[in-house]
Amino acid sequence: MTTPSTGTRATRALGGSALGGVGWLLAFGLGFSPSDRNQAESVRILYVHVPSAWLAYLAFVVTAVASGVYLFSKRHALGWDRLAGASAEVGVLFMGITLVTGMLWGRLTWGVFWEWDARLTTTAFLFVTYIGYLAVRRLGGTHEQRARRSAVIALLAVLEIPLVHWSVRLWRSLHQEATVLRPDGEVKMDGLMLFSLFVGIVAFTLLYVWLVIHRQRTMAAEDALEDRGLDAALAARRAEATTVEVG
Amino acid sequence: MEDAGFIVGSYAVALGAIAVYAWRVLARARRATADLPEDAKPWT
Repeated sequence: MTTPSTGTRATRALGGSALGGVGWLLAFGLGFSPSDRNQAESVRILYVHVPSAWLAYLAFVVTAVASGVYLFSKRHALGWDRLAGASAEVGVLFMGITLVTGMLWGRLTWGVFWEWDARLTTTAFLFVTYIGYLAVRRLGGTHEQRARRSAVIALLAVLEIPLVHWSVRLWRSLHQEATVLRPDGEVKMDGLMLFSLFVGIVAFTLLYVWLVIHRQRTMAAEDALEDRGLDAALAARRAEATTVEVG
Repeated sequence: MEDAGFIVGSYAVALGAIAVYAWRVLARARRATADLPEDAKPWT
């Protein structure tokens, strides 16, 4: 008898590493990292805000790639669709965190929680788009219909990411430009601050991988349960029809 | 000290949201796998 779960020894090790990463993030983000000359202590929000934004982007790119593989491969394996769905769900979580932490940071640096600025507006639009993607996944139909429908949307939705990323350059934005991934390759950040940001990215990446693995396995189990329920219902109907014919 | 509330709040929101989501995923996984035979769980 095994305990019902989607965990294995590997996921437990991964989960432990993710928790360790979160511990390091708290230590560096709230403790060891120095305050900024311009933003003072509020710079500490950067270590959760930026990693969550990057992980949301990564999650949506993974969704698009998995959707593309599902759609254009000969096998149309549903595992790719589940990976796309799981990654999008975790991406929406990270995007939500980006928006909320951004609002808290905005209140400290700009004096307001929200401004209809290009970066903020495009980010909110991206968030809503992927909520729509998740809603489409819940529409009725077979697993294959769900996979095909959502794969097309995922391939279109991912095109918004460059728009969000470049919005600070395309339009005059209140939001600051990139500090690390700059077009000139220069990194405008203190060493310990950069390390703290790196710790945040590692911790959130481990959390992302752990969450996606569990969510994908849960989706596979739910699909299998649904198939079994359908098979049982069909068998019951056939048995019922045979009884009527004999009677 | 207003800053401290916002800074700690941002960490609490981020890590709290991840913890709640993780807990929900694991609870859902437990429910979904409870009635499944071992051969329907390729990860085991």
